[in-house]
Amino acid sequence: MELLVAAAVGLMTAVGIYLVLRQRTFPVILGLTFLSYAVNIFIFAAGRLAVNMPPIIKDGASYTDPLPQALVLTAIVISFGMTAVIVIMSLGAYLEAGNDKVDETAP
Amino acid sequence: MSLALIVALPFVGALLPGLMIRFGRNASALAAGSVTALALLALLFHAPAVLRGEVVQTRVDWVPTLGLNASFFLDGLGLLFAGLILGMGLLIILYARFYLSKADPMGQFYTYLLLFQGAMVGIVMSDNILLLLIFWELTSLSSFLLIGYWKHLPEGRQGARMALAVTGGGGLAMIAGMLILGQIAGSYDLTVILENKALIQSSNLYLPALILILLGAFTKSAQFPFHFWLPHAMAAPTPVSAYLHSATMVKAGLFLLARLWPVLAGTPEWFWIVATTGLVTMVMAAKIALFKDDLKALLAYSTVSHLGLITMLLGFGTKAAATVAVFHIINHATFKAALFMVAGIVDHAAHTRDLKRLGGLRTLMPVTFTIALLAALSMAGIPPLNGFLSKELMLEEAAQTVWLTPWAMGLMATLGALISVAYSLRFLAHGFLGPVRDDYPSRPHDPGFGLWAAPALLAILVVVIGLVPMLCAVWLVDAAASAVTGQAVSAEIGHWHGLGASALWMSLAAIGGGLALLGIHPRLMAMWNAAPRPDAKRIFDGIIEPLATSARALTEALHNGSLTRAIAIATLTIVAAGVWAFAGGAHLPGTRALLPVHVVPVFAWAVLTVATVATALLHRDRIVALILTGVVGLVIAIAFAYFSAPDLALTQITVEVVTILLMLLALNFLPKTTPVESTTPRRLRDAAIAGIAGTGIGALVYQLMTREPAFEPISVFHLAQSKPGAGGTNAVNTIIVDFRGYDTYGEIIVLGIAALVIFALSEALLKSPTVAARLRAIGPGTNDAGDRHPMMLAIGTRVLLPMVMMAGVYIYLRGHNLPGGGFVAGLVFAIAYLIQYIASGYVWSDRRQRYDHHVLIGWGVLIASLSGAGAWVMGLPFLTSGYGYVTLWPLETFELATAAIFDLGVFLCVLGAVLLSLASLSRMAQRGGERANPTAYDIDPHKEAR
Repeated sequence: MELLVAAAVGLMTAVGIYLVLRQRTFPVILGLTFLSYAVNIFIFAAGRLAVNMPPIIKDGASYTDPLPQALVLTAIVISFGMTAVIVIMSLGAYLEAGNDKVDETAP
Repeated sequence: MSLALIVALPFVGALLPGLMIRFGRNASALAAGSVTALALLALLFHAPAVLRGEVVQTRVDWVPTLGLNASFFLDGLGLLFAGLILGMGLLIILYARFYLSKADPMGQFYTYLLLFQGAMVGIVMSDNILLLLIFWELTSLSSFLLIGYWKHLPEGRQGARMALAVTGGGGLAMIAGMLILGQIAGSYDLTVILENKALIQSSNLYLPALILILLGAFTKSAQFPFHFWLPHAMAAPTPVSAYLHSATMVKAGLFLLARLWPVLAGTPEWFWIVATTGLVTMVMAAKIALFKDDLKALLAYSTVSHLGLITMLLGFGTKAAATVAVFHIINHATFKAALFMVAGIVDHAAHTRDLKRLGGLRTLMPVTFTIALLAALSMAGIPPLNGFLSKELMLEEAAQTVWLTPWAMGLMATLGALISVAYSLRFLAHGFLGPVRDDYPSRPHDPGFGLWAAPALLAILVVVIGLVPMLCAVWLVDAAASAVTGQAVSAEIGHWHGLGASALWMSLAAIGGGLALLGIHPRLMAMWNAAPRPDAKRIFDGIIEPLATSARALTEALHNGSLTRAIAIATLTIVAAGVWAFAGGAHLPGTRALLPVHVVPVFAWAVLTVATVATALLHRDRIVALILTGVVGLVIAIAFAYFSAPDLALTQITVEVVTILLMLLALNFLPKTTPVESTTPRRLRDAAIAGIAGTGIGALVYQLMTREPAFEPISVFHLAQSKPGAGGTNAVNTIIVDFRGYDTYGEIIVLGIAALVIFALSEALLKSPTVAARLRAIGPGTNDAGDRHPMMLAIGTRVLLPMVMMAGVYIYLRGHNLPGGGFVAGLVFAIAYLIQYIASGYVWSDRRQRYDHHVLIGWGVLIASLSGAGAWVMGLPFLTSGYGYVTLWPLETFELATAAIFDLGVFLCVLGAVLLSLASLSRMAQRGGERANPTAYDIDPHKEAR
C-alpha cells in the first residue's frame, strides 16, 4: 500500500511541476493545486499509514498519529486561501495586460 | 526611571513627531524635544549616584539560552555619553526646527533622529555585548536614513550608501570579534567581561578578537584607512552632520574603545595598532582639512583628525592618557557641533559654503562670527578655551610616549596640532575676516534666535569649561575616566604647568607654525592641487562596482525575471541537494511492516493516476483539466477516509467543492483553452525535470513510510491528554483548538487576511478603466444555457439550505469528540450559501444576505481572541481552555468547553473568508455586464429575445 501512496505522491508532484512550468497562468494554478495535494499527503504520510485507527479516543482502541492530521487540516484550508489569492492575481494580470502569459518574454 | 525605559523612550517616542507633523512643524519639533528632554531628565536623576561611583543596573532576561539579555548599566562613561547624546540631541532638535525648509518632511526627520538617538543610548548603556551589537547595527541603519535624508540628491544617496557599506561591514567584523570575546570570557555580559582582563589577554584568540573589534570601531569612527566615508556623509543636512559627526555616531567607535579599554588595552598589540592608527589618522586628516574649501568638508576632515587624536590617546594605554581622551571627547563635542551649526548658518545665509566665495562675514554676521570665533579658536587650541586644555594634556602625554624613537610621537603630535591651528584659523580668516564682498550668492545676515541659540549655548560651554575646568567638567571627566580605566581617577586640569612642561613649547610651536602655514597657504594649495592623490571614492567604487556587477550577473543567470526558468532551476537544485544529502548519510533499510493491498483502494488509486496523467495531457482544455483536478481531489478525500483521517476527508471534500467553484468563476473571464506555445524539446525538458522531482519526492516519502519514527512522536502526549486535558475525544480537533490553538489562531488570521487581500485586489481591478473595458468586452458569458437560473435548481437549493446548515451546526457541535469542527462546519455553511448563489445568481442572493462577509471574518477573529483572552481572567496563559459538564433538563448531561467558543471563531472566520473570496470574483462578473435578476429563477433575456 505504501508503494501505491508513494507513487501517487510522486506522480502528483511530477504533474504539478510540469504544469507549473507552463507558460500560461491557469495551468500554473492547477499545478500549484497538484503540488498542494502532494505536499498534504506527504505531511500526512509522515504520521505513517494506518487503516481503521482514527484518532478518536475510545476504550481499548489504538490510534494513528493525530498531529500530522491536524497540520494537514489547516494546510488544506490555507491552501484554499492561497489558491484564491493566486486566482485573483492571475485574473487581474490577464485583465490588465490582455494576456495570461506567465513570463513577459518566453526564455 | 529604569534604564531600559530611558533607552526605550526615544524608540517609542519616534512615532510621535511623524504623527504630530499633522499639527504643524512646531508640534513635531516639540514632540521630539519633549521625548528627548524626558529621557535626559530621567538620566539626570541617576547622575548623582553614578558620580558617587555607583553603577546603576537594570536586567531583563530576553533570550537567556543564547546569553542575550536586555540588561543595561550606567557608569561614568555611560553617563558622559548618554548625556552627550541626549543633550546634544535636544540642541539639534531645536536647530533643525529652524534649519529645515518647508519642503523638507520634518516629521520623518525627527522620527529618524529619535530612532538614531535611541540606538546610540542603547549602545552606551548596554550591559550585554550581543544587545550592544543590535544597537550598533541600528545606528548604522538609522544613520543611513539620516544621511540620505535628502533623497533627491544623488550625493546624499551615495554618501548614505557608502557610510552604510563601511560601517555595516565593520559592524559585521565586530560581531565576530565580540562573539570571540564572549566565548573567551564565558559570558556576554559586559560587567563580567570587564573583570576578566588576564583571562582574555592570555588567550590565543585575543589578537583575532582585538583586530575584529577594532575593525568595527575604526570604521565607525572613520579612522584611517576607513576615513573616506565621513566626508561623503556630509551630503546630509547640517543638523545631521552636527549630531552624527561631532557628538554621536563617530564617537560610538571611541566609546567602544573606551568601554573595552580595561580588558583590551595595555598590550603591545593594542598600543601599536590603536596608537599608530590614531596618530596617522590625526596627521593625515588634518593635512587634508587644510586644503578643503567647503566648510563642511573642512570640518569633516578636522573631525576625522580629532577622532584620530582621541584614538591615539586611548591607544597609549595609560590611565593619564585615557583621562585626557575622555576630556577631549567632551571638548570636541562642544566646539565641533557649534562649528557645524555655524557652517549650516553660513550656508543658509550666503547660499554657499565655499571658502573661496566667502570672507568678510565678520561685519555682516556678528553673532555668528562670535560663535565661530570662540569655537574655532578652541579647535585650534588657543588658551584659555577648552580645546587648549585637552590639547596641551594630549601633547604632554605624546611627549612622554616612546613610539619608534623617544621623540617621534611628540613630533608627530605637534605636527598634527600645528596643522589643526592652520585650518582652524583658515576657517575664520577665509570665512569671516577680510573685506566684505559684493558677489555672495545671497546677501548674508545673522539668522533668527532659533538658529543661533544652540551653537551659542555650546560656545558658552567652550568658554566656561575653558575658564573653570576644575569646577564644571572635572567631576564628569573623573567619573568617566574611572569607568574607562577601572581605577579611581582625579584629574588635575590647569592652564599653566610651568616653563619646564614640554607641552608648553610644543603648543607654542604649533601655534606659531600654524600661523606660518596659513601665511603660505595659497602656495601650498597650488602644490596640493598639482599633486596627484588617490580619490577614495573612486577606489571604493572600484571595489564595490565589480562586486555589484558579479552579484547582478549571478542573479541574472539564476533569475532573469522568468518564473518558469527560476522554478526549473530551483526544482533541480532542491532535488540535487536532497540526493546529495541522502547519499551522504548512512541509512538502515526500511523494516516497517507494510499495509496489505486490497482491491478497492487499488481501484481508487488507478482513478487518481489516470486523472492525474490526463490532467497533464489534456491541460489545454481548461474546463476538462479542472474537472479532472476535482476528481483527483475527491480521490484524495476518499484516501484520507480510508487511512483513518475522517476529519481530513471532510475538510478535503468541502474545500475541493469551493476551490473548484472559485476556479470555474475565474474561468468565466480567462481564456477557456491554453494555446500550444512550447516546442517539443521544451516540453520534453519540462517533463524530465518534473519526472526527476516526482521520482525524488516519491522515493523520499516511500523511504519515510517504510521506517519507524526516529523519536517518539509528541502526539503520544496529545492522545493521552486529549480527554483528561482538553475534554474532547477527537484528538485532531483538540490539537487544533487546544494544544496547538496558537497555530490555529494564526492560521485563521492568515485566512482572513488572504480574503481581505482578494477583496482589495478585486476592488483595485474594478476601479481600473482598462479592466472595466476588458470585462465589458468579455461580456456576461457565452454558451450559457437558456434558463440561466432554472426553477428546479432554485427551489431545490432553497430546500437544501436549512438542511445543509443543520448539518453544519451538527458537524460543529460534535467536532470536539467526533470528526468535524469549526473548519469543516464553516466550509459546509459556505457551500450552503454558494449553492444559492449558483441557483439564483449573485445579486439576487446577496441582497437577501444580511451579514457582511468582512464582519464575519472580524467577528471570527474577535471571538477567537476573546476566548483566548478569557484565560487571562483565570490567571492562565492566552488560549488555555477549560471545560465542564452541564445537565440541562430534559437533555442528557453534556459538555461545555471554552475551546468550543474558540472553534466558533474559527467557523466564522472560515465562512467569511470563503464567501468574501467568491463574492469578490462574482462582483467582477457584474461589471462584465451580468444583469441582476429580479426573481429567484428566470430565463436569460438575451436568449428569450432571439
